[in-house]
Amino acid sequence: MPPLTLTVFWALAGMAITGATLCITRRSPLASALWLVVTLFALAGLFVLLDAQFIGVLQVLVYAGAIMVLFLFVIMLLNLGRPGPSDLKGPVGGAVAALLAGTLLLQLGGVGSSGPPDVIRMPEGTVAALQREQGMVGAVARPLFDTYLIPFEITSILLLAAIVGAVVLAKRKL
Amino acid sequence: MSLDLSIPRGLLLALLPELVLTGWAMILLLFVAWRHRTTRDLRVAGGITAVALVTTAATVWWLWWNQAGVAGIAQMVAVDDYRWVTDWLFLGAAGLTVLVSFEYLERERLLAPEYYVLLLFAVIGMMLMGGAEDLMVLFLGLELMSIAVYVLAGFDRRNPRAAEAALKYFLIGAFASGFLLYGIALIYGATGTTNLSLVGVQVDSLRLGSDPMLLIGLGLLLVGFAFKVAAVPFHMWAPDVYDGAPTPVTAFMATGVKAAAFAALFRVLTEAFPQAGAWREIVAGLAILTMVAGNLVALAQRSLKRMLAYSSIAHAGYLLVAVATGTSAGTAAFLVYLVAYTLMTLGAFALLAAKGRGGESDVLIDDLAGLASRRPWLAFALAVCMLSLLGFPGTAGFIAKWYILLAAAGVGEWLLAAILVLTSVVSAGYYLPVIMVMYMKPEPFEQAHTGVKLGRLAGVAVAAAVAGILYFGVRPNGLLDLAKETGVGVKPVPTFTVEPSGR
Amino acid sequence: MLLGPALAVSAILFTLGVAGVLLRRNAIVIFMCVELMLNAVNLTFVALAQQLGISGQIFVFFVMAVAAAEAAVGLAIILAIFRHKETVDLRNINLLKG
Repeated sequence: MPPLTLTVFWALAGMAITGATLCITRRSPLASALWLVVTLFALAGLFVLLDAQFIGVLQVLVYAGAIMVLFLFVIMLLNLGRPGPSDLKGPVGGAVAALLAGTLLLQLGGVGSSGPPDVIRMPEGTVAALQREQGMVGAVARPLFDTYLIPFEITSILLLAAIVGAVVLAKRKL
Repeated sequence: MSLDLSIPRGLLLALLPELVLTGWAMILLLFVAWRHRTTRDLRVAGGITAVALVTTAATVWWLWWNQAGVAGIAQMVAVDDYRWVTDWLFLGAAGLTVLVSFEYLERERLLAPEYYVLLLFAVIGMMLMGGAEDLMVLFLGLELMSIAVYVLAGFDRRNPRAAEAALKYFLIGAFASGFLLYGIALIYGATGTTNLSLVGVQVDSLRLGSDPMLLIGLGLLLVGFAFKVAAVPFHMWAPDVYDGAPTPVTAFMATGVKAAAFAALFRVLTEAFPQAGAWREIVAGLAILTMVAGNLVALAQRSLKRMLAYSSIAHAGYLLVAVATGTSAGTAAFLVYLVAYTLMTLGAFALLAAKGRGGESDVLIDDLAGLASRRPWLAFALAVCMLSLLGFPGTAGFIAKWYILLAAAGVGEWLLAAILVLTSVVSAGYYLPVIMVMYMKPEPFEQAHTGVKLGRLAGVAVAAAVAGILYFGVRPNGLLDLAKETGVGVKPVPTFTVEPSGR
Repeated sequence: MLLGPALAVSAILFTLGVAGVLLRRNAIVIFMCVELMLNAVNLTFVALAQQLGISGQIFVFFVMAVAAAEAAVGLAIILAIFRHKETVDLRNINLLKG
């Protein structure tokens, strides 16, 4: 592992965690949304480092580009851009939230040091080799339309249901 | 008929029920796009929905009759009796909901036939959950169902309470999905697969019973499911959402949605984690908390709708007892209970819809005083539902509870069995007053019950539910045999060599 | 080997998302915290994909589709409640009490 990769990884990880922290503590919803975008960009960078270049691009296009724009649009539409009274919970609510989150992190602590059992791990660079062979998009697209065809088709119904639902809720007259 | 899921024909046949229902949903959506203004359009849309559900049920029956199955490990969707039985359950719950909805939508002036489209989408999601053999299919089915039901909960847009119910349900549901998904990710990380049977094989052959990653993943998965089935202490959203949503939707959420979450939970735990026993204690603990808290809080409710909401939480506790046993006797008891619970809960909510107006949240239990003298049949039906919910001998509720008790006793879970009996006794404290008020108290004033009207189709639904409760209460054998046969099928496939995972 | 650190970062981000949901009262911000949780899971999937095969990357696909569908419906629900209440602060949304 070249040291440069590690440096970039930790820089991006730090950026993601900082962005997330600021996202949950900023008073203005607009600031929260923008810090979340920072986190999403940092995650896209991490995806690239982890041999998922195509997913990284999608992350920028779909998440940062489409979903977060939708959020910002609604925040503007509801005129929540200016900082109003804080919506953070008081000291008691904060303490409860910190306690629960701390417990969760403690439980999750084991994840960082563990990993898949060695038997099922593939040799280093297998995915990268696959991508060189089939192309960035091809490596993801082949199984998507082969092994994962059924989930893929379910996704299309899911999106249709979401469209119908959003239209029903948003139209003026019932 | 043995299906090969790797060729198109086998795949299409295995997915036939879902495909038929999706086709009907598309037809309905096209119809609704052009015709959505008058009451008549609404009725036609409801009629199409009913036909869709019946044809899908017939398709499921055809596959069941031909004993469809797969050789070896099923990919993505399971093809077994458990799937067919749960499919019938979801289709039945949706069918009764449609019957109740006909007059309800007209009465409350909810003239938007998209209601039925969303209902069909939700049923497709449920069927995928009940048949999911892969954690990803399960997750997507769950989301498909949830997204449709979020909208249904807030369908009455003029009512601020319905909008609040939708918001609450949505935020909690999305939060729970996050936990569920993280659990799936960690289970994938620990085993290298998301196929339920293969997860079971990997846990067994790689001895992952105490692998931290797998256990954390399983824990997160259980938290996500606990939210979805409204188990205490993850239940706080349920009473509010059930209270605020339109009553037929509440009935659907309390029966179909809950049954789908339970069906998926049961399959995941028995197929993928028979070797990781840690979940048994967690589920048992959740069951105890849910039975005790659900029943005690229900005692304090005066509104009929809220009382039914807490009662549905309490019944989730009884179902968790069946899940905790994790045996094939447990599977049979679980399925029998789901059927009985769906019938009696849907009947009770349908009758509530007949009594109330504008969301029904203001119908107090005391408002039913003297109903028996004015509307004897209605009062009788509600009394049967209440007795069945209580677990009175001669009703399906009793038989179902009895089999759960037997299953729990069979594996030596005496504590769970004892708490189940004790909390059932407590539940008499809120079910019996409903009957007493109807039969023993005089009506408060002359016209107290003039507005109470059960529409013709809703009447059919209630009659079907009551007939089912009484029939299965007296002759449970047919249902039980079906459930027993089904229970044998839900097992991991033991003979399988570890395949190199990933591609 | 970036797997361990990536899983740890993912756990931290997930916890921050959960903390945000518990800490905030603004419905839109709570929903953004849920999106943060989903993204943390995506990082786990991608990190695992490097070791377990490309499947992990495909799951990220599905999660993105789900997130988009949830965003469409969720924001429509938030708009619906804003029409009634002129606010999306959960403190002012308490007709229904638990």
